[in-house]
Amino acid sequence: MKAEDYTERHETIDGWPVHIVTYRIGGQYHCTIDNVDPGARFARAEGAKRDDVERTALEKAKRYLAQTRRFPTV
Amino acid sequence: MSVLVSTDWVKEHLTDPKVRIVEVDVDTTSYDQGHVPGAIGWNWTTQLCDTLVRDVIPKKKLEELLGKSGIDNDTTIILYGDNNNWFAAWAFWQLKLYGHQDVRMMDGGRKKWLAEGKELGTEAPNPPQKTYKANDPDNSIRAFLPEVQDAVRSRSAALVDVRSPAEFTGEILAPPGLPETCQRGGHIPGARSMPWAKLANDDGTFKTPAEIKALYDGVGVTGDKPIIAYCRIGERSSHSWFALKYLLGYKNVKNYDGSWTEWGNLVGAPVEKP
Repeated sequence: MKAEDYTERHETIDGWPVHIVTYRIGGQYHCTIDNVDPGARFARAEGAKRDDVERTALEKAKRYLAQTRRFPTV
Repeated sequence: MSVLVSTDWVKEHLTDPKVRIVEVDVDTTSYDQGHVPGAIGWNWTTQLCDTLVRDVIPKKKLEELLGKSGIDNDTTIILYGDNNNWFAAWAFWQLKLYGHQDVRMMDGGRKKWLAEGKELGTEAPNPPQKTYKANDPDNSIRAFLPEVQDAVRSRSAALVDVRSPAEFTGEILAPPGLPETCQRGGHIPGARSMPWAKLANDDGTFKTPAEIKALYDGVGVTGDKPIIAYCRIGERSSHSWFALKYLLGYKNVKNYDGSWTEWGNLVGAPVEKP
């Protein structure tokens, strides 16, 4: 068994750069989304179809990122 | 053999009886998806810490974990994990804290193994029980709050903040998408910013020692005085600690695992912004 259909791409969600990795192991697709800086995985989804798992993971990512507050730095 | 081993080296040593491969991920479900065949999985949230008091794994618990993992004092431990070996480095630091001699990291970690399409296993091995005898903690590689406070007052050590620039300036209190775990944003006065992720290439491997040295030289951290690295909870900084101590060879490098979740919650602690 190997990771197959392995893809990586960068996107921006609500101003936050994210890194999206999707691959299949056996019959299961896995999609993980991490914040580019620092690179912590904060959303993921698993399922039988690539499009479905990416959509689910992106929905979770948007929900979590909406809770991130920005503060003034001066 | 270097403290970093390649994915190909690991592939050639999957059944080497002197070697035990261990996966430690930020995302603790990753191991169950598939892992390096024969690798043991350690959960950082339950197995690499004291689950009652905020602290590193207690000595007795470490001895039990290693024994149960088929590891004795002579075993070569190869650590790897997701996120450029983020938590593999956390495990590495704790193993060195308790004096394990031969511990190394698979350069590139889980990401590189998957991207290269190398074989994965799904079975969790059940190795024969071994007896492990840990040393008392070597606190020459660990900084506690009083030492950091003294370093701020006396400027006796170079403080390195390895969080993201937005955490360093106080624009955000935690990495985007993760819960806030501190009361104030900013950084420890005098700290230099060198985000941990800058030390890695896109494929998850470490940059060369020359490249890493140039990055640190650029922010004035040259190894001419003790270095204390910190982040939010001490794991990202264990990755930078590893690079400073084992790739650059700086002698006096400590990980402040209390990090910003300690400093940024202290009443009256000085904070620098941006």
